[in-house]
Amino acid sequence: MNEIINIVGKEVVRNVIGLVGVLVVVVVNVLILTWVERKVSGHMQRRIGPKEVGPFGLIQAIADGIKLLGKDIITPEDVKKPLYFLAPIVIFIPVLVSFVVIPFDSFLQVKDINVGILVIFAFSSLSVLSLLLAGWGSNNKYSLIGAMRSVAQNIAYEIPLLLALLPVIFMCNSFSLKDVVEAQKGIWFVVYHPIPFLIYFIAGVAETNRTPFDLAEAESELVAGFHTEYSGMRFALFFLAEYSNIFIICAVATIFFLGGYQGPILPGIIWFFIKTYALAFIIVWFRWTFPRVRFDQLLNFSWKVLIPVSFLWLLITGGMLKIL
Amino acid sequence: MSMTSPSAIIKGAYSLITGLGVTLKTFFMPVVTVQYPRQTCEIPPRFRGHTKLVGDEENPDRTKCVVCMACVKACPSHSIKKIEGEKKEGEKKKTCTEYILDFTTCSQCGICVETCNFDALAFSADYNRAVYTRAECQFDLVKEYEKRK
Repeated sequence: MNEIINIVGKEVVRNVIGLVGVLVVVVVNVLILTWVERKVSGHMQRRIGPKEVGPFGLIQAIADGIKLLGKDIITPEDVKKPLYFLAPIVIFIPVLVSFVVIPFDSFLQVKDINVGILVIFAFSSLSVLSLLLAGWGSNNKYSLIGAMRSVAQNIAYEIPLLLALLPVIFMCNSFSLKDVVEAQKGIWFVVYHPIPFLIYFIAGVAETNRTPFDLAEAESELVAGFHTEYSGMRFALFFLAEYSNIFIICAVATIFFLGGYQGPILPGIIWFFIKTYALAFIIVWFRWTFPRVRFDQLLNFSWKVLIPVSFLWLLITGGMLKIL
Repeated sequence: MSMTSPSAIIKGAYSLITGLGVTLKTFFMPVVTVQYPRQTCEIPPRFRGHTKLVGDEENPDRTKCVVCMACVKACPSHSIKKIEGEKKEGEKKKTCTEYILDFTTCSQCGICVETCNFDALAFSADYNRAVYTRAECQFDLVKEYEKRK
């Protein structure tokens, strides 16, 4: 081990281990979230949900993964091949990069970049490009409509997403996620900024294309939206990215408003995952409660309510910081 | 009132929270799914399965059927294919020895049950009657009675 470290250098070894760890977290998170989603949806409709594979159906997600791996990968005729093949890869890479900067504990972070939150947002905006590639490359009207919708939606909701975080960044004078968590030693920022938290969460749900903002893949009208023509492992990559994005949105909300890994008695990493999955549960809860919004409602809500309110809050925060 | 007016937002938020309350309540309610092969539902008393022969209370060896053939005549789809009986010694009535019901055409209309003057026919609670061939759908109700006994 020491020889390897001497040859390639400490930083490289650290990054490789971090990347492997991130991959594990991504996959395990998807297994957990899909299981939670199906169990919660079952119980909310007074069903049981998966229960046959393993205790409480816990291994069901693995069985599904094996099924997807074993599936024949079908490429429809007349697709624009480069775009069609590129899309699932382009949607998956930003997810990995975002995980790199998330502090799971005070010592557990692959890399503490001083513009951490900007890295997450810069890369997650790439997913829009991927949806557009998938929609355009598939040569399918449903895919194209779904992709167009999702691009308009993501552009509209990325603005309140970042604006809602800016008051917190003002208060702790840093873009680094670790600094933000350390600044919440005494009191969580959700106490100072309840409205930005709400705005961030709503915009986050919209950003991950989840119900009630799932117009991009509206099952009842667009088959499956941008991933209509994808099957097997290519579909699995979209699936993986979707659930990982939920985790990232919830993790950032935890870091910025709920104190990240701070908490009494239990180790930090456990606090971090408790808070993150509590938020993920709420997102799943939304999905099985709310009907889909109409497209004009969706855009109106972002441009006419979320953005003005978050700007107002930003102004107030800036003024208060100047005075105090 | 536009969607973005403050009162509309407050009203909408209230309705969303109400909705969340509804789903949370059902989340903690007991499930209603019955795990079929392992659990079964109780069959209601008026459930219509295929017909069965009712046993004679005084003599459990025989059924109440006296081979009067009224059900054969009454059956609108000619599903009762064959009824055979014999008169045993020391008994006044005939005893049914074979009662073939063609379940492929029987629609459980119950006319045979209503027609029977001796209350010898009734609906069974048996619903697991999926078979592989048509021949297996020819039920001999006397044999089934014997098995049940």
